[in-house]
Amino acid sequence: MDQRVPILKIGGVLLVSIQIDLQDQSVLALQEDLAEKISATGAHGVVIDISAVEIVDSFIGRMFATIASISRLFDADTVVVGMRPAVAITLVELGLTLGGVRTALDLERGMKILEQLRTRDA
Amino acid sequence: MTADAERAQTLTDLLRANSEPLIDQWVSAVAALLRGRSTRVELEADFKEFFAALLPLVGRDGKDTGGPEFAEIRSLLEEYSRTRVRAGFTPSETAASVFSLKRQVFDLTENSDDPQMFRQLMAFSGLLDALGLLTFEFYARARDEIIREQSEQLLELTTPVVKIWEGVLAVPLVGTLDSARTQVVMEKLLEALVETGSEHAIIDITGVFAVDTQVAQHLLKTVVAARLMGAECIVSGIRPQIAQTIVALGIEFGDIVTKASLADALRHALRREGVDVVRREAQ
Repeated sequence: MDQRVPILKIGGVLLVSIQIDLQDQSVLALQEDLAEKISATGAHGVVIDISAVEIVDSFIGRMFATIASISRLFDADTVVVGMRPAVAITLVELGLTLGGVRTALDLERGMKILEQLRTRDA
Repeated sequence: MTADAERAQTLTDLLRANSEPLIDQWVSAVAALLRGRSTRVELEADFKEFFAALLPLVGRDGKDTGGPEFAEIRSLLEEYSRTRVRAGFTPSETAASVFSLKRQVFDLTENSDDPQMFRQLMAFSGLLDALGLLTFEFYARARDEIIREQSEQLLELTTPVVKIWEGVLAVPLVGTLDSARTQVVMEKLLEALVETGSEHAIIDITGVFAVDTQVAQHLLKTVVAARLMGAECIVSGIRPQIAQTIVALGIEFGDIVTKASLADALRHALRREGVDVVRREAQ
């Protein structure tokens, strides 16, 4: 039952690809894991791929903002990629606009955004 | 009963004997009424059929037009009304086609002072009234059908999402926006963004004549949803009156990019895509 979301490291970027139905418990576990991993690797960016996520609730919606805030403390940028139309509509209807989170259509564009942010900061 | 049948016989006989001139006058009267929008040949063909179907019904008062004896004339009238609706005739013009026969028959029997004949005429008049009302009903029904068909067609062609450049989609909105329609537009646009991998979408509302808070709300939601997916929306073609309404209603567009025309919006999107449009030296 204890499903964990894998966190993969690609260069200076951590890739979180969510392939399971998210429970509140796994969301909390993911936040913990990610915080540890960023601090351990010193990653400069986090990509959350949610192209396989079809159902969201307000808790998951807030997860993105929380992860972004956590990453920011480690000076890492967060990009949410591959959001499905239905998910986007749901989040808007829930009134969650993910203010501080960057978004991209797919993983490739998300990586490009992080690349740009990094070169701009450097 | 036999007396009744005999009585009816006389008017039927009279009508049958004078069918040729009667139909001719009937056609003339209706043709004059329709002012040349139906040819005499067409009317004559229709009315000959009516007349043939009507003859066996003479003597009835038209109270039971739903009965099996009326099946033939009903289908004829239905067909007639249907074609009239499609040709753009008014309901009164259509019903008058039936009523004008009355005048011709009255003229024909004018000289008769037979009280029996008078009674038959009354019944015949009632019959024609009933048939006239029937055309009215068929007319209304046919028109309802057309309206239904059209509203279905309208839904089908709601809103196309078109790709106008690599990475740029456009949604030209036309007509009135309601919740149901905006929902469809929103979903179609977001799906198209994913499918084509476009990062820019232009929502053009040049064809939208009224915007209220709800419609604006829907537009804003669409833009925010697109943003969540990683795409930017540009709203273009806001009419002067609509701009005034939006300001008067206090709707905030926030940091959403709005442009006066689709062309401006496209230029903006291209610039964001990193495309430069340069005019070539004239040849």
